[in-house]
Amino acid sequence: MEEKRKAEIVFRTDDVTKVYDTGEVKVYALAGVDLELFSGELTVLLGPSGSGKSTLLNILGGLDHATSGDVWFRDLELSKLNDRELTRYRRDNVGFVFQFYNLVPSLSARENVALVTDIAPDPMRPEDALSLVGLGHRLDHFPAEMSGGEQQRVAIARAIAKRPDVLLCDEPTGALDSKTGITVLQALKDINDQFGTTTAVITHNASIRKMAHRVIRFQDGRIGEVEVNDTRIDPKDIQW
Amino acid sequence: MRALDKKLLRDFRRLWAQGLSIALVLACGVAIVLISYGMYGALENTRSAYYERNRFADVFASATRAPRNLKDEIAGIEGVWAVELRTVKDAVLDLPNRVKTATGRIISLPANGAILNVPLVRSGRPPDPDASDEIMVNEPFALENDYQLGDIIQANLNGRKRPLTIVGTALSPEYIYTIGPGSLMPDNENFGILWMAENAAASAFDMSGAFNDVSLKLTRSADADEVVDRLDDILRPYGGTGAYGRDQQMSDAFIDSELLGLETMARILPPVFFGIAAFLVNMVIGRIVALERSQIGLMKALGYTNFTIAMHYIMLSALIAVIGVLIGWGLGTWAARGMALMYAEFFTFPYLIFSVSKFTYVLSGVLGLLSAALGAVFNAMKAARLAPAVAMSPPAPPNFRRGLFDRLFASMRLSQPTMMILRGIMRWPLRASLTSLGMALGVAVLVASSFFDDSMEEILDVAFFQSNRQDAILLLSGDQPLSVLEDIERLPGILRAEGQYSLPVRLTNGHLEKRVSIEASWPNADLSRVIDPDGKVIEAPAEGILLTKRLAGQLDVRPGEWIDVEFLTGRREEHHLVVSGIVTQYFGMGAYMDAEYAARLFRQSPRISAANVLVDENRIDELHQELKDTPNLAGLIMLTDTRQTFRDTIKENIVIQSVIYIAIAAMITIGVTYNSARIQLSERARELASLRILGFTNAEVSYILMGETLLLAIVAQPLGWAVGALLAWGMSFAFASDLYTIPVVLKNHTFGFASVVALVAAVGSVLVVRRRLDTLDLVSVMKTRE
Repeated sequence: MEEKRKAEIVFRTDDVTKVYDTGEVKVYALAGVDLELFSGELTVLLGPSGSGKSTLLNILGGLDHATSGDVWFRDLELSKLNDRELTRYRRDNVGFVFQFYNLVPSLSARENVALVTDIAPDPMRPEDALSLVGLGHRLDHFPAEMSGGEQQRVAIARAIAKRPDVLLCDEPTGALDSKTGITVLQALKDINDQFGTTTAVITHNASIRKMAHRVIRFQDGRIGEVEVNDTRIDPKDIQW
Repeated sequence: MRALDKKLLRDFRRLWAQGLSIALVLACGVAIVLISYGMYGALENTRSAYYERNRFADVFASATRAPRNLKDEIAGIEGVWAVELRTVKDAVLDLPNRVKTATGRIISLPANGAILNVPLVRSGRPPDPDASDEIMVNEPFALENDYQLGDIIQANLNGRKRPLTIVGTALSPEYIYTIGPGSLMPDNENFGILWMAENAAASAFDMSGAFNDVSLKLTRSADADEVVDRLDDILRPYGGTGAYGRDQQMSDAFIDSELLGLETMARILPPVFFGIAAFLVNMVIGRIVALERSQIGLMKALGYTNFTIAMHYIMLSALIAVIGVLIGWGLGTWAARGMALMYAEFFTFPYLIFSVSKFTYVLSGVLGLLSAALGAVFNAMKAARLAPAVAMSPPAPPNFRRGLFDRLFASMRLSQPTMMILRGIMRWPLRASLTSLGMALGVAVLVASSFFDDSMEEILDVAFFQSNRQDAILLLSGDQPLSVLEDIERLPGILRAEGQYSLPVRLTNGHLEKRVSIEASWPNADLSRVIDPDGKVIEAPAEGILLTKRLAGQLDVRPGEWIDVEFLTGRREEHHLVVSGIVTQYFGMGAYMDAEYAARLFRQSPRISAANVLVDENRIDELHQELKDTPNLAGLIMLTDTRQTFRDTIKENIVIQSVIYIAIAAMITIGVTYNSARIQLSERARELASLRILGFTNAEVSYILMGETLLLAIVAQPLGWAVGALLAWGMSFAFASDLYTIPVVLKNHTFGFASVVALVAAVGSVLVVRRRLDTLDLVSVMKTRE
């Protein structure tokens, strides 16, 4: 398993920097990051606010450009793509989960998922995606009729329904209490186990790290420490 | 400056584009108030000052030939303050360096100057009381024909051709709107007023010791109707054709109908603009209050009162209103002055008293401010009523639920983006309907304004190509036997001639009375016919008379009923006649009868007062040359020229008006669409950015953003057509006067054009908003909650 993952590198970054030039000072959000993410791997990115983890996730997800350095998704060089190509890339390969769910309030759970399945090349049925996150019985409910945890699980269903190669989650449990947070994490883990979707989860919550294959710690725009979990624990056993 | 005021100014700066688009709509309303009131005032004040200074008469009458010694008797009528006896006759003019004839109205000028209807000398001097060959002409006639003092024109006076020297030019309160006999529009090139010394005019027209025209000025307390009746009694034996007041004086009546038009404009248009502005303010402030929910909570937590918070948002709308009012004042002052000057040219005033009263400025300003405040007050109260704890917590997602339409949508298998658009409309039906209504009003303004264009075409077609198909009308001086047609047919170039007999009458039905002219024609007349709006030729019945619809309405008679007809010419007989039919006509308040029936009624051989002729174009110069020397001819109306003048005048006005109305419609549409799209963007920004992240292309999210607004714009089109048609009917009704009726002619291209303008403006505004999607910050959406 370990060997196979190494053989299939999904993301590779080479000395990536991201500089925000405010005119007076230059802020290095990323100050040279070399990173590889492997196929089927669930990675947790940890670090304090402003350490660069979100910036990196945005660049990997094709939402932002690096200031310098190369970013590869398989053999696709993301750093060379224009806006249209990045949209194509996101559409075909990436699933996003946001901290604040970002569901469309005027669409029901099923329809929110259908938003993505309508445009994806090889999607699953919205009903199946929602069943995967345990919401098979809430298909026709609108966001206003669901709890935060349910809304986030709809967001996950929406992200995975297109069978993405990678799933990028930015603080997916940030707005949730521990009990609902665990159901969301469980959903993420199930997807990862079942489909082998390469998953990166940003979190402030260090206890979540134990469910990951690897934990990458960020500090001041660099990778501080990489830790490999030999034994992963189930989300339900996580002490919040 | 308080922090809250700073916030106000910064909010306003941030919202400038939306604020400006609303301010412009408001400015239109304010400007139209200024323009209509300003022009109304200018027209009214100038007219009354002019009338006052030049002593415009109150009562007018004409007769065939009455002795001057009636003057004392007339002056003795109770309420008469001054009497002026004149000789007024139309004559054919032979102008230098010109083949075509023109018509001149000769007016006698008393030796010691006119007492009433005093001509205002513009250059030169009045004719010498003793000179028989001097004239003063009206200024527009001189300008149009490029006459200098000392120029000589020839006139056919009572069958004798005489050279007359122009010694001066003048303007008269009697001829502010100078309309020649048989004309519909001023034609200063072909119709002139010629003042001549009293003695000279009297001897030329065989009026020594006599007069054929009288004007009276009344005292303040006089009863005009009573004076008119008494004057009629006095003039009856001398061929009096019925006295009338200012309301039937041609020039004054035209100014009145213009004043009526301005009043209508002032009443219909400004409410539309103020209403739309209020709605837009409501929409924008509503959105701001929703966005600033947590700030409102914070302010409340800090101890700001509900009143302060409500006022904060009302002040924001007031700022928009102030900008709108200022723009409106500037625009209105400028346009009102410009249009008043145009008026001065159209109506020949010697001067123009133009001032927009302070009251009008205040009124329009207050109306502007009020409508904006009214638009803001609902949402300001909503902000004030928010409980602080509720306000500080994020709003719950808008509550969408399954509704009646969802099953329909589902069965239609609509895409999710389309569903989002439709649910947005269903979720806020009132807002959607008002937005659509606002856009519809833009369309309606265009439909209601451009229908005039087609109406004029219709009038032109009916009046000049179906009814009056003659090339020219020869006006005879006095009635002539029918046999004169044979002489006319012998004139060079005349291909065909038909007689027509105008009979001034007084129609009475009970206490209702109307003085009009009956046109009598022959059953087989082909050149001048009565046509109803369906294009059907109406033959005057063998017996009885036909009345126009408006006239019948004013006399309250229906077909089959009988009315009293007092003929004011010939033997002045009174007859009891049956109303044999009612016809719809666009011009005037005519009545028609069969000429042979009229002859039988009067027990005389048929007579005519004018001849309608067809002219061989190649011999037209020859004809004019001959007519200049023909006695018994009072005037010649070249309808071919009249048609052209009419068309030119209309076209010129319509081009200017179209530009104005297109601008107005565009402003309304832009105001509504731009704000609607901006609010869509503001409400959906997060949604749209999420979709971009999920892999939707720019075009796909643009569709969602533009879809709702453009869908509403499309729905607005038929609504706009309906409202526009309604407005057109209303305006046609409001504009109708005794002088003319404007038919409502709505053609497909009017609707099409209105919709094209509105949709172009709508798509343009939405595209401007759409450009913001290109710079949507995708990353921030990952983090922030709105």
